[in-house]
Amino acid sequence: MKQDVVIRTVCRLIVPFIQIFALYVIIHGASGAGGGFQGGVIFASSFILIGIAFGLSDARQRISEKANTLLSCTGLYLYAGIGVLCIVFGGNFLGYSFIPLPLDSAATRGLMAEIVEIGIGITVMAVMTSIFYDIAVKEDM
Amino acid sequence: MIWEFNFALFLFLILCAIAAITVRNLLSAVVILSVYSLIMAVLWAEMNAVDVSFTEAAVGAGITTVLFIAALSRTTRRSKD
Repeated sequence: MKQDVVIRTVCRLIVPFIQIFALYVIIHGASGAGGGFQGGVIFASSFILIGIAFGLSDARQRISEKANTLLSCTGLYLYAGIGVLCIVFGGNFLGYSFIPLPLDSAATRGLMAEIVEIGIGITVMAVMTSIFYDIAVKEDM
Repeated sequence: MIWEFNFALFLFLILCAIAAITVRNLLSAVVILSVYSLIMAVLWAEMNAVDVSFTEAAVGAGITTVLFIAALSRTTRRSKD
């Protein structure tokens, strides 16, 4: 399966579009359908596609296990950091409007919700890719 | 919202669920389960729950099928019980 030129070419063509669509889903999660979880799953599916088409070693070169661990921690800290920042400024956990930015309340809330969604997306992407690596340890897929 | 369309989808959903737990070949069961997920996504969209439908299509029909097949490649193809 690794030698098939059709599969390799189609995967190389389709992977950037999947990733752009995943970023679109994450960013437009507040206004339309979608959100951090769905966008992260779609982003992880692009890495899983690379792992199926080119082999797991090639996918590990693009995003390694260590990078997966770091990214999952980064997303979690982004989420919890925004939440604790709201407590520091005197609000509830994830009470976005207490953060003193030079914007009006609705814009602040929207910006902080986007950052939290991005954190969720990073964590879900890293964890899904990590689960796939752990299950498909055998090289001959 | 067309109730005949929903009813046909619902019947097909129950058929897929029964087939997925009775079929002996595990690869067939995984594929039937992904079909179940896809019908469920269409049903969620029919019920105006677009977010849930999106999640079902991405997770149920996409990631879970790949993970099941990856797990299946490390065990046997046929069910023993």
